[in-house]
Amino acid sequence: MQKPTAPKRWLTMKTYAPLYLLTLPGLLYLLINNYLPMFGLVIAFKDVNFSKGILGSDWVGFKNFEYLFKSSDAILITRNTLLYNAVFIVLNLIVAVGVAILLNEIRNKLLARFYQSVVLLPYLISMVIVSYLGYALLSMDTGFLNKTILPALGMEEIAWYNEPKYWPNILTLVHTWKGAGFLCVVYLAAIIGIDQEYYEAATLDGASKWQQIRSITLPLITPVIIMMTLLAIGRIFYSDFGLFYQVPMDSGSLFNVTNVIDTYVYRGLMQLGDIGMSSAAGMYQSLVGFVLVLLSNYVVRKINRENALF
Amino acid sequence: MVNRNIESRAWQWAGHSILLVYAAACVLPFLLLLTSSVTDESTIIKNGYSFFPEKFSLEAYRYLWNESTDILRAYGITVFVTVVGTTLSLAITSMLAYPISRRDLPYRNPLAFYVFFTMLFNGGLVPTYFVFTQVFDMKNSLAALLIPALLMNGFNVLLMRTFFMTTIPPAVLESAKMDGAGEIRIFYSIVLPLSTPIMATIGLFQAIAYWNDWFNGLIYITDPKLFSLQNILNRIMSDIQFLSTNAAMSARASESMMTLPSASFRMAIVVVGVIPILLAYPFFQKYFVKGITIGAVKG
Repeated sequence: MQKPTAPKRWLTMKTYAPLYLLTLPGLLYLLINNYLPMFGLVIAFKDVNFSKGILGSDWVGFKNFEYLFKSSDAILITRNTLLYNAVFIVLNLIVAVGVAILLNEIRNKLLARFYQSVVLLPYLISMVIVSYLGYALLSMDTGFLNKTILPALGMEEIAWYNEPKYWPNILTLVHTWKGAGFLCVVYLAAIIGIDQEYYEAATLDGASKWQQIRSITLPLITPVIIMMTLLAIGRIFYSDFGLFYQVPMDSGSLFNVTNVIDTYVYRGLMQLGDIGMSSAAGMYQSLVGFVLVLLSNYVVRKINRENALF
Repeated sequence: MVNRNIESRAWQWAGHSILLVYAAACVLPFLLLLTSSVTDESTIIKNGYSFFPEKFSLEAYRYLWNESTDILRAYGITVFVTVVGTTLSLAITSMLAYPISRRDLPYRNPLAFYVFFTMLFNGGLVPTYFVFTQVFDMKNSLAALLIPALLMNGFNVLLMRTFFMTTIPPAVLESAKMDGAGEIRIFYSIVLPLSTPIMATIGLFQAIAYWNDWFNGLIYITDPKLFSLQNILNRIMSDIQFLSTNAAMSARASESMMTLPSASFRMAIVVVGVIPILLAYPFFQKYFVKGITIGAVKG
C-alpha cells in the first residue's frame, strides 16, 4: 500500500472527524478523573504547605516514605490488607462455587430462581445500609445478639464495637455475605454453559453426582475460577473502603484489626491532615497494585489468552 | 436404579436445605430492619431490636412524615444524581466506546490504550481529592456527587466496545453509509438501537452505583443541604457512634442524645432508603444477571 499523501491524510481525518468528536467528552473525563491525579503523585514527595500551594510546596524527597515505613502503621496496614484479602478470596471462592453447583442441581426451577435472586440481594445495597444491619445485630444496648441470642444461650452481653478480637470474623462474614452472590452468578453462568452431553454420558457410565461434579463440573469451570481469582489477586492491595470504615463504624478501639491501606489513606487525608504520609501510602498502594495487576494478567495470559485483560 | 433415585433425592434435599439457610441469612437482616422500624420505642429500649416486636407502632413513620423536609431533599438529591449520572454516564461511555470499536478508525489503538491504562494505574485518593477540590473547586456542589470516580470507567468502555465489535455487523454500517448517512447519524439511529442489552446492563450498574454512593458525599460535601440519602444515614450513624463511645462525657452528650432520631426512626429511614431498590429489583433482575455474566466473560 502506498503511503497516503498529505492532502489525502487530511481527507481521511476529515471523514473521521465526527467520530473523534464523539470521543471528546470521555477522553476529557479520563484526563481529569484519572490522568491528572497521576501527576498529583508528586504530593508524596512534598511537604504540603497550603500557603505555598501544592505545587509550590518544598520537595522533601523520600522523607514521607521514610516516616511511613519507619512507623508501625506500614506493617499493620499492609498485613491487614493482605491477610483479609487472602481470606476473602479463598472463602468467596468456596462459597460461590459451592452455591453455584447446588443452584445448578436444584430441579425445581422456580425455587432455584428464587434462591438466586435472594443471594444477590446483599450485593445491591450500600455499605452504609449494611452498617445499619450490623448495628441492629451488634449494638450494645439494643442489638439483637446482645438482647435475644446471647441471653438465650445464657451468655453475657458483649461490647462488640470495642472488642477487636471478634472483628476479623465479623468482617469476613459481612464481606462474604455481601459479595459471594455476585461471584456465584458468574460461576453459575459458567456451569450452565457446560455441554449437557458430558453429564448424560457420565450418567450412562454410572457416575454418581459427586463424581460428576468432581470430574466434569469443576475441571470445566476451572478456567473461570482461575481468571476470577487472579483478577482478585491483582487487586489484593486494594480493599473495600466501606467494609472497613462503615461496618466497624470507624471505631478507634478496633483500628488494629480494621485499618487497611484504603482507610489509612482516607484518615490521613480527612481526619488527621497528615497529607504527606497519606499520599505516600497511596502511592505505595498504586505502585504495588500496578505490578500485581501486570503480574496476574501475565499469568492469566499464559493460561488462557482469551481471558486476559490485555 | 433405586440407588440412583435415593442419591438424587438426597442431593435435592441437601441442596434445598443449604440454599434455604443461605437465603435466610441474606433476607433475615432486612426483615429485622423492617420489624424494628415498626416497633414501639420503649419496647426497643427494653428488649432491643427484635423480629417479633412486643408492641407494634407506626410512630417512626409518622415522625418521618412530619420531619420530612431534610429526608425529602436528600431523597430528591439521590434521585436526581442517579438519573442524571446514569444518563450522562451512558452517553459518554457509548460515545467513547463506539469510535474505538471501529476497526477502520485511524489511531484507534492509541485511543484504546489511553482508556485501558486507567484500569492499571491510578493516582489514588489524595491527588484525586486535590484535583477535584483545588483545581475544579467542586467541594460542596452537586457536581461532586456526580463526577468524581463515578461518571465513567475504562472497564465499562471496553465492555461496550467489545459488544459493538461483536454484535454490530460492519455491513450494516457500510450500507447506511451508502445511503448517505453521516457518522453521527449512524451512531444514533443504527448502533444505539441495536445495543439495548449492553446499555441496560451498564445503565443498571451505574444506577446502583449512584444510588448507593456515599463516598463522594463523605469527602466532598460538608453542607447538610447537599447530603444524599446515604450521607444522611451515614451522618446519623456516626453521631450515634460518637455519642455511645463518649457516653460518659456527660450531660451535654445526653442532651444531644435527645435530639438524635429514636431507635425505631433510624431503621425507618433505612427502610425508606432500600425500598426503591427492593421494589425495582424483580424487574431488572434478569438484566442484572445477564450483566454480571457479560461482565464476567467480557462480552
